[in-house]
Amino acid sequence: MQDWIKIGRVEDIPRLGARTVHTTKGDIAVFRTSGDDIFALFNRCPHKGGPLSEGIVTGKVVVCPLHSWTIDLETGEATAPDEGCTRPVESRVADGQVWLKLECAKKVAHG
Amino acid sequence: MNAVPRQKLVVIGNGMAGMRTVEELLAIAPARYDITVFGAEPHPNYNRIMLSSVLAGEKQVDDIVINPRAWYADNGITLHTGDPVVGIDRAAKTVTSANGVVVPYDKLLLATGSKPLMPPLPGLELPGVVAFRDIADVEKMLDAAEAKQRAVVIGGGLLGLEAAWGLKRRGMPVALVHLMPTLMERQLDVEAGGLLQKDLTERGLHFFTSGQTEEIMGVEDGRAQGVKLTDGREIPADLVVVAIGIRPNVDLAKASGLDINRGIAVGDDMATSDPAIYSVGECVEHRGQIFGLVAPIWEQAKVCASRLAGRDDAHYETPPLSTRLKITGIDVFSAGQLAAQDEADEELVYRDSARGIYKKLVLRADKVVGAVMYGDVADGSWYFQLIREKADVAAIRDRMIFGQAYADATCKGHAGGVDVAAMSDDAQVCGCNGVSKGAIVRAITGKGLTSLDEVKAHTKASASCGQCASVVQAILTHVTGEVVEAKAAGMCGCTDLSHDEVRKEILHQGLKTQDAVRSALGWRHADGCAKCRPALNYYLLCAWPAEYVDDYQSRFINERVHANIQKDGTYSVVPRMWGGLTTPDELRAIADVADKYEIPTVKVTGGQRIDLLGVKKEDLPGVWADLGKAGLISGHAYSKGLRTVKTCVGSEWCRFGTQDSTGLGVKLEKLMWGSWTPHKVKLAVSGCPRNCAEATIKDIGVVCVEAGYDISVGGNGGIELRGTDHLVRVATEGEVLEYAGAFMQIYREEARYLERTAPWVERVGMDYVKKRVVEDAEGRRAAFARFVFSQEYAQIDPWAERASGRVDAHEFKTLAEVG
Ligand code: SRM
Ligand SMILES: Cc1cc2nc3c(=O)[nH]c(=O)nc-3n(C[C@H](O)[C@H](O)[C@H](O)COP(=O)(O)OP(=O)(O)OC[C@H]3O[C@@H](n4cnc5c(N)ncnc54)[C@H](O)[C@@H]3O)c2cc1C
Ligand code: SF4
Ligand code: FES
Repeated sequence: MQDWIKIGRVEDIPRLGARTVHTTKGDIAVFRTSGDDIFALFNRCPHKGGPLSEGIVTGKVVVCPLHSWTIDLETGEATAPDEGCTRPVESRVADGQVWLKLECAKKVAHG
Repeated sequence: MNAVPRQKLVVIGNGMAGMRTVEELLAIAPARYDITVFGAEPHPNYNRIMLSSVLAGEKQVDDIVINPRAWYADNGITLHTGDPVVGIDRAAKTVTSANGVVVPYDKLLLATGSKPLMPPLPGLELPGVVAFRDIADVEKMLDAAEAKQRAVVIGGGLLGLEAAWGLKRRGMPVALVHLMPTLMERQLDVEAGGLLQKDLTERGLHFFTSGQTEEIMGVEDGRAQGVKLTDGREIPADLVVVAIGIRPNVDLAKASGLDINRGIAVGDDMATSDPAIYSVGECVEHRGQIFGLVAPIWEQAKVCASRLAGRDDAHYETPPLSTRLKITGIDVFSAGQLAAQDEADEELVYRDSARGIYKKLVLRADKVVGAVMYGDVADGSWYFQLIREKADVAAIRDRMIFGQAYADATCKGHAGGVDVAAMSDDAQVCGCNGVSKGAIVRAITGKGLTSLDEVKAHTKASASCGQCASVVQAILTHVTGEVVEAKAAGMCGCTDLSHDEVRKEILHQGLKTQDAVRSALGWRHADGCAKCRPALNYYLLCAWPAEYVDDYQSRFINERVHANIQKDGTYSVVPRMWGGLTTPDELRAIADVADKYEIPTVKVTGGQRIDLLGVKKEDLPGVWADLGKAGLISGHAYSKGLRTVKTCVGSEWCRFGTQDSTGLGVKLEKLMWGSWTPHKVKLAVSGCPRNCAEATIKDIGVVCVEAGYDISVGGNGGIELRGTDHLVRVATEGEVLEYAGAFMQIYREEARYLERTAPWVERVGMDYVKKRVVEDAEGRRAAFARFVFSQEYAQIDPWAERASGRVDAHEFKTLAEVG
């Protein structure tokens, strides 16, 4: 079962940067654009599993730190000519709080 | 490292003439003087010509700054703005400013410009009466325009008309009072002046020609209220602009006893009656002539700079002058004689009243001696060239009034109304800066220029008043139309500008943030991209070491978290070991850290230090804190910056060692650690030519010999092996530091991002590197000084900062745990 879970405030994430959320299904990278849009993707590059949270964010893409694939933040799709997709996670912002739609949680701890 | 004592140059007047002279001087003798500039205005040097455009709302004050404050700083010039010089003591050779600053000089340059001519009218002192000379005047006019008040401009010359038009554009009702029956009578004949008046009347200006002002009337509260003419007419006004002319500003020169006529008397060498004092610009008088346009002033600046540089072969001669009016949509041109003066002169006239076009040429003995044009000025520069060349025009006399295209049967490449193909190479295109067609073509082809801005930057054509921009563009189109793919590749998809162009604009426009660069240079993506952001971040850091705040989100992960990311997302940690030296305490600390954090691999690197591999990101601050306690700091094994300085044991132990290579390596590393560079930089010092430290495949390699130190540069192991090129042999360690530091700084300032020294040296050539680092001693010392300065801001251990928990703490913590 999925549920909306509050994971922190928008300003906890650096602009044009990312933070990670540990889940039982693996790490999720939560990105913040220059316009304060929030996107979340599973933190594994479709190429060789690079941690996307460590990449450079511009516009609505992130560039993987390992071999520079460019991944769309909205869809998780790699930009051509590369092919592959990483799973996006639904997110929303209310009152400055970031919520992710995740497998039902037992506990939430902020760090 | 003793610097040759420089002479002191003091410049009075921070205006167009003074600063152009300084620019010319820096170009030919950058290290000859310590320069101090005094400016009465509170601004850095700006383009006074463009005040008209600021007034008309076509430009902002910021757009017209020629040399921002950073330019003065970068060139080591001491600038006092808002502080006029009030006295010159020629015996003691000092100047004193209003604020009491006393500065000694060896050479003094007077460039005090001119003052607006103010007629002896009652009411001149009233608030609401302004001249049109500087930014302060423009600000006053804009305030009045804001309040939508009424304006009267006194004076129908170039300045007065541009003021009137600017105020009109700002929405004010404007009347113009002119003493003479026609406008601009010194530059235009009656006919052209009449056409001008008709056009401007249609645009909503009111004219009172043959109008002599008797007084400026005031109201009780003491503000100007209107203008009264001698014939009794009264014109209401809240703002009165007086623009009847200028008069050389000679007050200071006069008080110090220099020879003065109308202006400060100068000879062909631009020296005044005191050989230690030079003068240029609107304040001077040369052979009985005074000046009010920049074209001759640029010539003066060139001659004066050459003289100040110690050369004695430059002589100033006033070139023929031409005039244009900067009112958008109104085309006026004139040069030389305005009308026939006696029977020997002839006039050729073309008139098309319906289209508002008028052209007149004045001929004398088959030569053109004057031209007046209205409505269609495309051929102005051609006529002007014929005047300057004193060309015999008998053969084209019957056709020439229709323009060059018609006169020359062989026309091709017609562009923008100007036949640039037919234009001869020495035809002057930019009158302000004296740039010929040939010079523009050479710059375009020689330097592969493809935009108007590049041509402007390289040749200064169209960089002053901008009137010739369309002709310059036409030449560019004409030339590049035949040159395929001349353009250097753009930095990335965000811009077509090349790395070099972007760097130049950063300095030139004083751009200090990435956003400023992207907006000033028209980036296509507001955020930039992963390619240009790290480059811009570096360029800004290099250009403004004391000011720019590093944008860590523009850095590749390694530089952002100060460790190398590994294939599994863990990190490696390489502490600095100065020159490859370590101690038992350091080794113990490394061993303890490896145990405590369960670091799987400890390895000696190819760079003579130890790598801890497989550290978890969240453990990094703890690892650094523990290493820091033993005195270990970041080795920057991850940075586009100084990596390692490898050494061999040298004279301290080795039976062949000639010098202390280990000690010198440590000194070099202490000098250079922490610096950011276009790509990584590695050094090595070997104690003898056996070269055990492999110095000759490093970016900078030193090989010690009995007689001293051989420095070589541009080496690379890695992907493409390249041995170093020999730079110089020096005798002392101090010199090694200076030469290496200077080389490093010039590489930092001039190489493109991600270009290592090897390809950079290949690209610019060793001759160039030697010229900059070896032959130009002053330049070397200056570059070294810039390097040392920027190091003040760079040598902060990033590990200690982060271990403290105060910097980027969020990087090392997960945001939340779920499930
Ligand atoms: C650790 C080390 C190998 C070792 O175990 O010895 C090493 C490891 C890496 N080298 Fe190296 N290089 C190491 C010495 C060298 C040397 C030898 C030297 O410095 O004397 C060279 C050839 C000399 C040279 O640079 O001219 C070398 C030429 C390269 C190159 C090719 C550079 C080139 O210009 O062609 C790269 C790729 C690059 O930088 O883009 C590279 C890149 C790398 C990277 C950073 C690859 C990467 O981007 O992740 C490796 C990081 C591993 C890590 O996380 O630590 N490494 N690398 C050495 C670290 C030295 C140090 O203490 O800082
Ligand atoms: C509105 C306007 C439009 C123009 N349009 C054109 C044009 O289209 N084409 C053209 O060729 N020319 C044009 N000119 C003329 C051109 O701007 C001048 O010829 C040029 O600026 C002269 O340079 P200068 O250095 O001699 O004087 P300035 O540029 O006036 O510089 C002199 C500086 O010295 C300072 N100063 C004076 N006394 C002292 C002191 N005691 N201590 C310290 N500082 C002092 C002044 O404050 C001033 O800043 C225009 C001028 C104006 C005002
Ligand atoms: S040689 Fe290749 S594999 Fe070995 S450390 Fe250098 S980059 Fe990595
Ligand atoms: S793992 Fe992301 S590009 Fe290779």
